[in-house]
Amino acid sequence: MDISRLTIKEARRLLDSKKISAVELTNIYLKRIQELDQKIDSYLSVCSESALQQASEAQKIIDSGNSQPLCGIPLSIKDNICIEGIKTTCASKMLEDFVPPYTATAVSKLESQNAVILGKVNLDEFAMGSTTENSAFKKTKNPFDLSRVPGGSSGGSAASVSASLALGSLGSDTGGSVRQPAAFCGVVGMKPTYGLVSRYGLIAFASSLDQIGPIGKTVEDCAIILDAIYGQDPKDGTSLNYKPETSYASSLSGGIKDFRIGLPKEYLTEGLNSEVRDALYKSINTLEKLGAKVEEFSMPSLKYAVPAYYLMSSAEASSNLSRYDGVKYGYRAQNCKTFNEMIGRSRAEGFGREVKRRILLGTYALASGYYDAYYKKALKLRTMISKGFDQAFSKYDVVIHPTTPETAFKFGQSTDDPLSMYLADIYTVSANIAGLPSISLPCGYDSKGLPIGLSFTGRPLGERDILRAAATFEADFAPEFKVPEL
Amino acid sequence: MKYIPTIGLEIHAELSTKSKIFCDCPVSFGGKPNTRCCPVCTGMPGTLPVLNRQAVEYTVKAGLALNCEINEYSKMDRKNYFYPDLPKAYQISQFDLPICKNGGLTINTPEGEKFIRIERIHLEEDAGKLLHDSYDKYSLADYNRCGVPLIEIVTKPDLSSSEEAKEFVEKVRLMLLYSGVSDCRMEEGSLRADVNVSIRPFGTDKLGTRTEMKNINSIRAIVRAIDAEIQRQSELLDEGKEIIQETRRWDDNKGESKPMRSKEDAHDYRYFPEPDIVPITFTKEEVEAIRNSLPELPDKRFAKYTEVYGLSKADANLLLTSVSLSDFFESTAKECGNPKAASNFIIVEVLRRLNDSGLSAEDIPFGGNVLGRLLKMLEAEEITAANAKKVLAEMFESGKEPEAIVAERGYKIINDTGEVENIVKDILAKNEKAVAEYLDGKEKTFGFLMGQCSRALAGRGNPKVIQDILRSELSKLKGGM
Repeated sequence: MDISRLTIKEARRLLDSKKISAVELTNIYLKRIQELDQKIDSYLSVCSESALQQASEAQKIIDSGNSQPLCGIPLSIKDNICIEGIKTTCASKMLEDFVPPYTATAVSKLESQNAVILGKVNLDEFAMGSTTENSAFKKTKNPFDLSRVPGGSSGGSAASVSASLALGSLGSDTGGSVRQPAAFCGVVGMKPTYGLVSRYGLIAFASSLDQIGPIGKTVEDCAIILDAIYGQDPKDGTSLNYKPETSYASSLSGGIKDFRIGLPKEYLTEGLNSEVRDALYKSINTLEKLGAKVEEFSMPSLKYAVPAYYLMSSAEASSNLSRYDGVKYGYRAQNCKTFNEMIGRSRAEGFGREVKRRILLGTYALASGYYDAYYKKALKLRTMISKGFDQAFSKYDVVIHPTTPETAFKFGQSTDDPLSMYLADIYTVSANIAGLPSISLPCGYDSKGLPIGLSFTGRPLGERDILRAAATFEADFAPEFKVPEL
Repeated sequence: MKYIPTIGLEIHAELSTKSKIFCDCPVSFGGKPNTRCCPVCTGMPGTLPVLNRQAVEYTVKAGLALNCEINEYSKMDRKNYFYPDLPKAYQISQFDLPICKNGGLTINTPEGEKFIRIERIHLEEDAGKLLHDSYDKYSLADYNRCGVPLIEIVTKPDLSSSEEAKEFVEKVRLMLLYSGVSDCRMEEGSLRADVNVSIRPFGTDKLGTRTEMKNINSIRAIVRAIDAEIQRQSELLDEGKEIIQETRRWDDNKGESKPMRSKEDAHDYRYFPEPDIVPITFTKEEVEAIRNSLPELPDKRFAKYTEVYGLSKADANLLLTSVSLSDFFESTAKECGNPKAASNFIIVEVLRRLNDSGLSAEDIPFGGNVLGRLLKMLEAEEITAANAKKVLAEMFESGKEPEAIVAERGYKIINDTGEVENIVKDILAKNEKAVAEYLDGKEKTFGFLMGQCSRALAGRGNPKVIQDILRSELSKLKGGM
């Protein structure tokens, strides 16, 4: 059975019509992981035994005729999302052997639909990075070109879905970490509105920006996963009490006739690769053909999104990652004489370079005497950017932009120059800063055959708008959609 | 003294909420190490704090009891520092927008009343404890106390002596006890204080360099620490030496403080807004609802006891030392309708019993209204004062209702004068000698005869009735001579 184009939607039909059993489906994925993942290196741990157990439980539900949309569907989970009893490493030496005694709410919700968890997938250490090269354990490859990065930080999630090593995945998105790797790997990735999905059990990078989001082969698959995981959680005080009028998966049809779409001029900068720019304009033509009205607009505050993002995210990270001090769990340096030496060396030896760089940056930004100049200013920019979007959404239903200025980089290309890597996040960070929903989906391929991502960003809780725009575009683009050859 | 001391306090009080500030763990003292904590209060990766609304409301109650304004908008912040008893390596506290501000209390000083301003009260989480004793090479961490809600009450430097500090802390303690937000058990560390002290020569205005002593956990130690620090600073100034701005550790056993860290070593806590907790908001209506839910506070009760009930100041203060005692008294007074009698009986009889048995007012096995019923019987002269005490003893022992005890023991005073008359006559007949002496003019013998009558009535006779009948029978005898 060729599963390279299999979607959650189609798998559901096969399972419910008994064309295949949940155990058979899970075995297909486990076998494929065993055979192919040595090329891709997307999984940090594979949970064969528990996955097969979940699959046979799922089959009982299917047999009883009560299956929910994800019942028996094999998924992968980014390894910064906790599952009780399963190692959750954040791709860091610091948490190499950390086994959480609790499960993230988003995963509990998947499990309550009897989804099958295949395993935990790779990421940049503590989700800091855009290439997954910052993993302490392995380098995940881009399924479209094994000499290139899958993007990051949810590189393992995107690569596992792209290479059909899972039907869908949960990633986390702090500044584009779901959407950018989805774009690089030619799949669909979505960051929901801040607070729509509980963060409980997601190991924090930057608490005010982090959001768990789905990755799937299609817009509909992402909507199906989002339907399963959203909702207010008593364990997360920032989670929102919100329920859409109709499910996300049922909000995709209806077309985009008279949809008002805004294109921010500030995103059409010189850093934008010409092939990506061409794909964007081609997509805009398609959208206009489908009945939407697309218009350029200016939002000057967007220029400050990247510096504001790096100050805020690093400041929060410096505090969130302080708990890794070697006292309670995780890596502890040996033969230390004093408490301070133990903390200092445990952190020096346990964290990788990028994590330490951000901790230093964040510590500096919060230091007394610098707080007003850096962190406080970043907060002001955050307010400005949110206001800018408020204005934009008074005129437009959704905002459109490229997901990334370029397609997937070669390994090693960006690690030497962190600043240029930070600038690669230029289009994605603003959605996190303003807490907005945003989705990336394939809109073309460059001359090297690498996928190009297109993003729709919506107003707060405007998931249904961006899903509808994306699904409508996707239907038109479907004939050109490619899967990697492995 | 040549110097004027200036003293400010930071008082930490643990709130007696049902659960901890960010999780469901119950708030309770002690327990085997690391058995009263969970992934949330130990800040394990991926867990999130969820603010306990009861802790916020208790903070508001404390603020209202201490005459503070309540901020309609406040927020939690992170205070970052590494220490092994702080599992997240940051304490969730409040920085620039505390829940309460601008309050204060009036205290009594030898010079008269003095208002001590409270700058702010904020809410924060407590840390764990380190145990250094058991092992040479290691320290052990106990995280049971992590996440216990604490309020920090920060005064302006308005205190000028250890006596004033003592008076203030005692009054704050009473206010917190009465508002029901903290049990203020200093011996369990649920009330502790940081003390800031500076001195300046008489006749000058510029405040001297201050030092801080942290985590002092008894009122006695606060007094001793302040006195010792004033003494130490005075000696330095006398010798023409400088006072260094520093944090000192008070050792109450040795009665001295040692430098802990200087200003240069002070932490940079890198405060920033806690992103995991949404800001705290209160409407004016919500604050008023909390104000109305507060029980009557000790200063109001004091005024009522002295001005309305006519109790002495000393008695009023004695009854106010604990909420349970004060509530008990009020309930007794209400039932028996005579606050003064209730106060006397409680102070003399009930407190004596409590002291003898080492109990406190909350251990009294019956309600104040029940005691009130006993006092009502006493007031109505249905039982004698001596028997009332016996009934009280039995109420303490068995918890039985006073009416039942009185009936069982036959303590009800015999008001049938005919029966009393017969007994008096009988006694007079049996004690011819004493009667003769009385008739001879020996008044003293009357007491003896009274006693004989009372004994014969087994304490149930109304003394006044016995006395009247005895006198009239004796005068009959006199007339018969």
